[in-house]
Amino acid sequence: MSRMKLSKDQVKHVAKLANLPLTENEEEKYGEQLSEILEYIDQLNRADTPGVATYNVSGQENVMAKDEVGNCTLPQEDALANASKKRQGFFVTKGVFEQ
Amino acid sequence: MNITGLTLTETLKALEDKQFSKDELNEAYLERIKSLNDKLNAFLLVNEQSNGLPAAIKDIIVTKGITTTAGSKILEHFVPPYNATVIDRLSENGISIIGKTNLDEFAMGSSGENSAYGPTKNPWDLTKVPGGSSSGSAAAVAADLCVFALGTDTGGSIRQPAALCGVVGLKPSYGRVSRYGSIAMASSLDQIGPITKSVADARLVLEWISGVDGKDSNCNVEKFTMQPSRLQAGFRVGVPREYFGKGLDQEVEKVIREAIRKLEELGAQIIEVSLPHTEYAIAAYYIIMASEVCANLARFDGIRFGFGRENFGAEAKRRIMLGTFSLSSGYYDAYFEKAAKVRTLIKQDFEKAFQECDVIVGPVSPTTAWNTGEKVSDPLSMYLMDVYTVPPSLAGIPGLSVPCGFAGGMPVGLHILGKYMGEEIIFNVGEVYENATDWHKEKPKL
Repeated sequence: MSRMKLSKDQVKHVAKLANLPLTENEEEKYGEQLSEILEYIDQLNRADTPGVATYNVSGQENVMAKDEVGNCTLPQEDALANASKKRQGFFVTKGVFEQ
Repeated sequence: MNITGLTLTETLKALEDKQFSKDELNEAYLERIKSLNDKLNAFLLVNEQSNGLPAAIKDIIVTKGITTTAGSKILEHFVPPYNATVIDRLSENGISIIGKTNLDEFAMGSSGENSAYGPTKNPWDLTKVPGGSSSGSAAAVAADLCVFALGTDTGGSIRQPAALCGVVGLKPSYGRVSRYGSIAMASSLDQIGPITKSVADARLVLEWISGVDGKDSNCNVEKFTMQPSRLQAGFRVGVPREYFGKGLDQEVEKVIREAIRKLEELGAQIIEVSLPHTEYAIAAYYIIMASEVCANLARFDGIRFGFGRENFGAEAKRRIMLGTFSLSSGYYDAYFEKAAKVRTLIKQDFEKAFQECDVIVGPVSPTTAWNTGEKVSDPLSMYLMDVYTVPPSLAGIPGLSVPCGFAGGMPVGLHILGKYMGEEIIFNVGEVYENATDWHKEKPKL
């Protein structure tokens, strides 16, 4: 991890990965702010971590749900109630493939 | 009788003694909200039909049939089709929702200024921030606009606004309370907890909302029940030397040192402890939290609910960008994995310290409430305000903020930390301190 300055192309790339539409002004602003934050984060390099494991704080591991219909399902009408576009009981999404 | 000045415990007693009815109780609170909410902007929605014990709910906890915005434009018209588990549990205990409270968008912020619906004001001084992200919940409790409130805490979002507004706030142990129905921010850190007018109130609310529901796989511990045990004299209070260094306001330090002296007077044995990895906590937190944020906020695509992603506010966008970057190909090992390992070191620090003491105390926030607008354009300086609340969040341990005095006329909170699932002792210490002091009885002049 070396001193990280985000280039404009990197900012554009990250925004694309995040599916986040940014204006040109925002690209510039976040480029600067993220560089400053990453510079601060660079201090993690000073912490000695060889052999240190990662963990889940609750100590839970591989908690499986029973393979059955639980009590937190919604009727179709309720599930669709907040959708901006729906058709015949389905969500309408953007097309993935060109027609 | 000043109905709205009573704590939850006192209100329950007064209802039992028929000193007033539930209708009178709700009328009193609704009237107070009507006269003060324009000034404070604590509530985004008020429920005139409230007829139980009136509680304020942070607007990131979903409520069936009641608009839930998460402080975001994206969810401006979102009406949840189900209740969060905590809401069902409260209603089983006779509580009703008097309103949904303002917050930093998607619970991201330390000042309440990141709400799409305008900032909440601090009841102690309307030119200052109330803290965040449970800004409206803390301000509503401090201004007596509800009997108690629920907030959520990821890196300090219950404890810090509670401290800055002079009320009690508890972040339970990770896994103590089901998050089902709490709109997720950073799932390895998020917890729901109470903001109240006394420590006894916080304990009671935790009893109501905790326990397994089968819908949050990290929540596998039975409901919290307080045992009627007394704190033994000679209880060991650890004071981490790293929590009294650079950045801590001198006036705040004076108040905290005085509170520690008070605990000693009350029978505590004061022990200096060390949490050597504290300095890395904010850096590790901002990687881990932002990474989880970018995954959780991916669901807001404008298809199943809400508007499109261009409607995120500035802080949400910043964190989505940071998280996406740190998880992206070529950077994962250097950022996310490194941060996760540092998190382990921070947890081990606490485990070691708790071998020598029963609780750890220190300040909740390095300063009192700051001026509205002061830190908005400098995100990093805002992040650093969470320096004492973030390490316990990373370790998953519980933390209680208890009013312990004033610096420059603004409230200061004492942070009492316990071992994982060690809520009982922090309540005990908090109550012993509260019973011996009058800070929690101080009210803002509004």
